[in-house]
Amino acid sequence: MKRFVVVDSNRCVGCHLCVYACTNRFGYVGMGKSAIHVRSAGGVERGFVVVVCRACKDPPCARACPVNALVLRQGGGVILNTAKCIGCGYCVNACDIGAVMWDSEFMKPVICTHCGYCVGFCPHGVIALEEVR
Amino acid sequence: MSSWVKTLSRVLYIDLSRKQFWVEDREDLFSKWLGGTGVAIQLYKEEVPRRADPLGPENVAVFAIGPLTGVFPMASKVVSIFKSPLNGYVAESHAGGRAATAIRYAGYGAIVVKGSSDIPIYAIVDEEKVRFRDAGALWGMRSSETVGRVLREALPGAGFRTIMRIGRAGERLVRYSNLAVETYRHFGRMGLGAVFGSKKLKALIVMGRRGFKLPDPKTYREVYKEIFELTKGPATRKYHDLGTAANIMVLDKLGALPTRNLSSGRFEGAREISGEKLAEENLSRRLACTACPVACIHLAAIREEYEDEKYFYKIEFVPYDHEPIYALGCNLGISDRYGLLKLIKVVEDEGVDSISTGVVLAWATEALERGIITLKDTLVELRWGNWRNYVKAVSYIVLQPNDFYRTLALGVEEAAAKYGGLDFALAYNRVEPAGYHTGPLYHSSLAIGFRHSHLDGGAYSMDQNLVASGGPTPSPEEAAKMIIEEESWRQILNSMVICLFARGVYGRSAVEKALRSLGYSIDASKLVELGKQIYLEKHAVKILEGFEPEKMRIPRRALETPTPLGNVSEEYVRKIVEHYAKLVKEYAKKIESGNPEKCVSC
Repeated sequence: MKRFVVVDSNRCVGCHLCVYACTNRFGYVGMGKSAIHVRSAGGVERGFVVVVCRACKDPPCARACPVNALVLRQGGGVILNTAKCIGCGYCVNACDIGAVMWDSEFMKPVICTHCGYCVGFCPHGVIALEEVR
Repeated sequence: MSSWVKTLSRVLYIDLSRKQFWVEDREDLFSKWLGGTGVAIQLYKEEVPRRADPLGPENVAVFAIGPLTGVFPMASKVVSIFKSPLNGYVAESHAGGRAATAIRYAGYGAIVVKGSSDIPIYAIVDEEKVRFRDAGALWGMRSSETVGRVLREALPGAGFRTIMRIGRAGERLVRYSNLAVETYRHFGRMGLGAVFGSKKLKALIVMGRRGFKLPDPKTYREVYKEIFELTKGPATRKYHDLGTAANIMVLDKLGALPTRNLSSGRFEGAREISGEKLAEENLSRRLACTACPVACIHLAAIREEYEDEKYFYKIEFVPYDHEPIYALGCNLGISDRYGLLKLIKVVEDEGVDSISTGVVLAWATEALERGIITLKDTLVELRWGNWRNYVKAVSYIVLQPNDFYRTLALGVEEAAAKYGGLDFALAYNRVEPAGYHTGPLYHSSLAIGFRHSHLDGGAYSMDQNLVASGGPTPSPEEAAKMIIEEESWRQILNSMVICLFARGVYGRSAVEKALRSLGYSIDASKLVELGKQIYLEKHAVKILEGFEPEKMRIPRRALETPTPLGNVSEEYVRKIVEHYAKLVKEYAKKIESGNPEKCVSC
């Protein structure tokens, strides 16, 4: 089982190509459906913060879901069952690192599924997929 | 026409006089003119009367993006069109950062800022509305960087917003003040900062994270991947490694590096301020505009010990590029890298254009040396290499403590017209030139290019090709044709809006492919035609505003200092200008007679 990791955020140049790649998976362009978020660490001269699900073994987002729409994923993290999700947003608040994104068009959370599609679009070796035991 | 047009046909109008805003669907314009430059010039034409005062409420600042913005790699720029307070004609400036994608995903294809406010304000644009805020607390702040930090902390949208703001220079109407974007990028040239200042608009913040459904995701992904691989490849490598500063050594070797007010094309201190040396000694971080893998933005870190306390340091970050190194470095005889970076830093903080500022100061230095002006005028001894005094002079240009600095704030043409020394005042149509003394094609392109910029037609590289090949210099007719053809094609890139550093990636067929993947049915030859049309539309506006190319002063200094291709002949440049003037005037006439489409010779 694989897990998405931020290898070294200091290598990040802030191009957002990973963010766009993530949105592209769904047949969209833009940022609104991305499970990764990149922002400056308080001014771009300080570099960037790459915010993404870190595949918790015991994820608080899943515990916060009142309708069991977040199913534990093998290897860590969660898989969203969109049919069950009522869009309450509790999971967003439950994640301290801010890795539960929000799709304001469909009113559902967006959480990294650790597919690694974005990794192929990072030109500077910031992110990778790694094997988890 | 593709339904993709609808993703960018919304135009946001912001009227600062009435603190109102509204959205209009301009599918008509985006269908016909693509976006970016093509659309922006039409919006400008609709809004700005020919005789409008550039610093009056009749002027507008149009910002436009294109169909590929935020959709394909390196389609990362915004075009701004406005009437320039530096020369009084329609002008264009481009910037990167987050501005293009923020406008895109706020849901707009263009923003038209019009009118002027009675009090200093800033405006915040999001997906639904525009909010106006009192900028009283920001007005007069010494550093544009601080303004950025305050707004960054006060507002939401980190990661998907742009914070465009002016410095004190813009507030005080320095005619070549810039509009800074995300601290280290700028709408640098032609005085957009002063236009904002005249409107009492301190900052324009845009944020948005919408998405758009792709018409054909599969084809799109294939084309995207293909273009993405190319943007990482050799065509853009130099911009990533050393950045544009890589040019310093190349040009110095050629003898094309403007030094000490272009009295020479070689600088003995070039190595010290080169891209190589800066990367080895000072480079601290490389940054990218949104959707660009190249990351050409190079930031240097400088450590400074306070004079009054040992071991008490501050660290500052300074962006560097070829142009500021030329204008504020070799052109002022500065080879002290630390001094150069300090000078770039003050230019950044005050919010002036580095090229114009450097050229103005170089003229002042030579004028002082020749006794045309005195220390009473300059207040500090302006001497080649003395960066400490140049740092002071930059702030004097902004604060304007006397008549001399009030005049310097109007540009080099105005200063030389008043004090003398026109022969060594470097400007074409009142616009101070960029740093490539490569040959006759470059100087001709400064005379006839829409922005009087090296980027209009890229003629500096035509000259360099001639040097490399040793081939004969083309006749003025051929040269005019080459320059105009290149500038015309670039109108397509500028309408997409693709960064010109990706011009090697986005050839005619790549642009066609990208557009087709979004459902456009236009082919490459049509694109070439459209590029010519946009070129003529733009230049005709300038002609109709009263621009008389034949009367333009060709700076003597540019002719006297030899280029790698020998001395530039005035007659050669004049012939190219004549050819250009004939073409654009003919089209302007057709516009006047209401029949621009039927331009047969174009």
